[in-house]
Amino acid sequence: MPRITMREAISQALWEEMERDPKVFILGEEVGVWGGTYAVTKGFYDHFGEKRVKDTPIAEAAIIGAAIGAAMTGQRPVAELMTINFAFSAMDHIVNEAAKLHYMFAGQFVLPMVIRAVGGGGRQLGATHSQTPDAVFAHFPGLKVVSPGTPEDAKGLLKAAIRSDDPVLFIEHATMYQVRGEVPDGDFVIPIGKSKVQRPGKDVTIVTYSKGLEISLKAAEVLAKEGIEVEIVDLRSLRPLDMEPVIESFKKTNRAVIVEEGWKSYGVGSEVAARIYEQAFDYVDAPVKRVAQKEVPLPYNRTLEQLALPQIADVIQAVKEVL
Amino acid sequence: MAETVIMPKLGFDMAEGTLVRWVIGEGQPVAKGAVLAEIETDKATVEVESNFAGIVAKHLVAEKDVVPVNTPIAIITQPGEALVKTPLEDAGGGGGKPEASHKEQGSRAVQTEAAQKQEISSQAAAPVKAGGPVKASPIARRLASEKGIDLSAINGSGPGGRVVRRDVESYQPPQAAPAAAPASTLAVTPPRAEPGLAPATAAQPGVERPLSKLRNAIARRMVEAKQQTPHFYITRDYDMAALMALRKQLNGLLPENEKISVNDFIVKAVAMTLKQFPNLNASFAGSQILQHAHINIGVAVAVENGLLTVVCRDADQQGLRQIAVEVKNMAGKAREGKVRPEDIEGSTFSISNLGMYEVEQFAAIINPPEAAILAVGAVQEVPVVRKASGESPAQLVIGTRMKATISVDHRVSDGAEAAQFLQALAGWLENPLKLVL
Amino acid sequence: MEKSVYLEMFYQMVVIRRLEDAAAQLYQQGKIGGFLHLYIGQEAVSTGLISPRKPQDRVITAYRDHGVAINCGLSSNEVMAELLGKATGCTKGKGGSMHMADVKKNFWGGHAIVGAHLPLAAGLALGDQYQGSDGVTICMFGDGATNIGYFHEGVNLSKVWKLPVLWVCENNLYGMGTTVERASAVSEIRQKAEGYGIPNERVDGMDILAVRRASAKALDYVRAGSGPYFLEIITYRFRGHSMGDPERYRQAEEVKCWQEENDPIGFYHKHLVDNGIASADELAALDRKAAQEIAEAVRFAESSPEPAPEALWEHIYTE
Repeated sequence: MPRITMREAISQALWEEMERDPKVFILGEEVGVWGGTYAVTKGFYDHFGEKRVKDTPIAEAAIIGAAIGAAMTGQRPVAELMTINFAFSAMDHIVNEAAKLHYMFAGQFVLPMVIRAVGGGGRQLGATHSQTPDAVFAHFPGLKVVSPGTPEDAKGLLKAAIRSDDPVLFIEHATMYQVRGEVPDGDFVIPIGKSKVQRPGKDVTIVTYSKGLEISLKAAEVLAKEGIEVEIVDLRSLRPLDMEPVIESFKKTNRAVIVEEGWKSYGVGSEVAARIYEQAFDYVDAPVKRVAQKEVPLPYNRTLEQLALPQIADVIQAVKEVL
Repeated sequence: MAETVIMPKLGFDMAEGTLVRWVIGEGQPVAKGAVLAEIETDKATVEVESNFAGIVAKHLVAEKDVVPVNTPIAIITQPGEALVKTPLEDAGGGGGKPEASHKEQGSRAVQTEAAQKQEISSQAAAPVKAGGPVKASPIARRLASEKGIDLSAINGSGPGGRVVRRDVESYQPPQAAPAAAPASTLAVTPPRAEPGLAPATAAQPGVERPLSKLRNAIARRMVEAKQQTPHFYITRDYDMAALMALRKQLNGLLPENEKISVNDFIVKAVAMTLKQFPNLNASFAGSQILQHAHINIGVAVAVENGLLTVVCRDADQQGLRQIAVEVKNMAGKAREGKVRPEDIEGSTFSISNLGMYEVEQFAAIINPPEAAILAVGAVQEVPVVRKASGESPAQLVIGTRMKATISVDHRVSDGAEAAQFLQALAGWLENPLKLVL
Repeated sequence: MEKSVYLEMFYQMVVIRRLEDAAAQLYQQGKIGGFLHLYIGQEAVSTGLISPRKPQDRVITAYRDHGVAINCGLSSNEVMAELLGKATGCTKGKGGSMHMADVKKNFWGGHAIVGAHLPLAAGLALGDQYQGSDGVTICMFGDGATNIGYFHEGVNLSKVWKLPVLWVCENNLYGMGTTVERASAVSEIRQKAEGYGIPNERVDGMDILAVRRASAKALDYVRAGSGPYFLEIITYRFRGHSMGDPERYRQAEEVKCWQEENDPIGFYHKHLVDNGIASADELAALDRKAAQEIAEAVRFAESSPEPAPEALWEHIYTE
């Protein structure tokens, strides 16, 4: 299998889906002539033309609103938000429209649309451009929230998102575009809402996704040298949330650490921990631990920023604390 | 038609009540106005009268249950009428008395804990953890219970000594031999307690007495009063000779149940004085001082496990005899736990009298939201210096004296005013005929 | 114009008036929950506007949507049933007063977040443009919505992408209780369209024939592929913003004046009779028919079943 980057995987998924289905089109800021601010749609404009690769004004409500309207007419828009931090300008349309219309109008409106958004910290962009607010969006029934941690998952899940008749928020991590991994050739789809064991182990269950997977895998390497075998479950979708592999793993290890890049309070870890206690209380052998971002707006200074973000060492320490 | 009796609201601030006793049992007939049950509120035990005639078909709450106001407590049906299930009952599992089940759980929990403590203290041979229940993870608990292992017998290796899964799995039960030990080690100090540090209660546990409603209410109100009201205190001495003489005279004319106590005089005198000092017949109300239109004197009455303040309404307008009879009646009922809410609510100034215990003087805590309280000591014969007047020099004589201490809310009034009040009070107490007129 | 078209417009207006009157009563009886925004006084706007549309033209509006639903061809039964939250309602009791729709009738909804549906309208038009359809999206909104960012984002996008959308501002002079003058930098709302280079017109919304004429002209313009068009239709709401509005912001005389001298139904009635298009008897008969239809709608709604509890979990996702 070829080893390609996350960026290539996402780009391939988009390209292949646009080739496959003429209803699919892209809209967003700088997706066309510029080629995407993260170069994901480089070459698309020239190949697919202005009609299918639409540069928009800097107007997030209009981008998401127009995507919703077009989706209601049967198109399959993929709207790109330059960063997820700009999603707040379109919050109304994501939360009050995209997540509600199908339900509120008793199924009459179908919204086969994808919102691609780049999130995450670690690039010294300061507090407003570095957030990982994934849990915020995962709060709303009606929206699907997907965030891959490997190139293979990125490609398969994005294809599934584009083919889904429900609105999907697809969150990519800005520091992971260069991550390489094996991706099968050709067309394949990974169903949304399925967690996956990314590394088997027996001692502690690590539940994570996206950037958390990257640091958890590295922590696992270190721990393995000390004879501690962690099992890593990658959520991949935050909503719907598939707890089955998590619970299965937890029943084996009786210990869990949840790793996420977002803030700890009211976060993904809080949700997963609560569900572990609800669904596997009699298997708990140690308090479930959460590794997450410090409760501060992310600072610009590199040292401070890294202090705030969860690190490999934090994961290692948390694992040892539950052992 | 079946009628539902609810936990009545017996006062503006009553939120819940304890059903102390069912007076009329299930299946028994009840007349309208008959006493159906006794209820204990924050302040008193009150009889609940039935608003309906019929048959008490069902008690919806048990004795000792605490239930919120408006909760159905009984159903009264007409003779021959079938009892229809109430929606509350349909809600299942004790839906009709949510508070009750809480309380049951609570007391059960207390019992269990107590039983556990007992168990622990009676098997001192086992490696007892220092205090509290055994710390164990949920899976350790489950495995231990499946294997029939006593968790307290296992030394936990988890953080803080928590018994975790591996401890249960690797646990080897001890051999039979040490089993004989317990009786002989009963008196031994628990192993982890450090010598000299063990509190006396560990060897000889004290008695835990749950707070009664009344005790609870007193505790709450007194903390509130003492913490939130800035008190100041002023004491003054009164010449009671004339009053004692007058009292003796009057009581000679009155039947036993109408005899006037010293305190009744004080009630009347205080009421008359308050007419001159409306600022002390008042309440501090945040941005303003509320001067009350009526002068209602509260008289503190000692009852079992606490104290109640019965209220003598419009005492300034009542005669001494009326005051005497009314206070006596209410105090009697209070001691029996049978006062009505109106007997104990609405006082605007209180008097606490410990004279009967030969207390010389004391200071009382204000009964909120009142602005002041008068603490009265015993009337005693004491040496008094009679001032020189005219030809006669100063002289040491036997005086009949009483000390009274006023506690005042400093937000409402100041020392000078309170002192003037005590002085004006002397004008009444030392000229008691004015009180009879 | 055929006589039947004149009469059909009259009939729709009286059906809306009677439906709204009945709704107000049901609301006061506690049978309708939540908010209830009545269209009384504004009937000529949507009736005249929608009357010349073609089947492929989409309609999307704000929360004052009962009348628009009727004009789009929804039955008074399903509108009334939706108000009562019944399973037979046009959105099966899930949407309520502010969220009515029927995709089959090309009615894309009442939307309750002020202004948020304007970018959606741009998207609907984008879909038509993408698919090469000659449908026009008619997007209605109040004067208040023109002060929120969504209006500007949506209207700007429509011009930039030359989208087939007809923007229709129903200017009823008050955004809730705030006059246009107190809330908008320009009191002629059409000037805002001017700023985006969109051709526009201001129309008397109490004259249904004027509205219809303006609508037909605007639809032709947009359908020809010339990009968006903007209508500002001046109207007046005879009732409060919603039920329970204390109406402290306007004088009773002002309302009375509009009702007596500017009632769009009375105005149209006079026009039809004076010009010999219809007799007063004919119109009275139509009004009786409308009254009957609404009485039946109330019966239908009241006797309709509540949504089944399972409906709670339906339509969160398509799969």
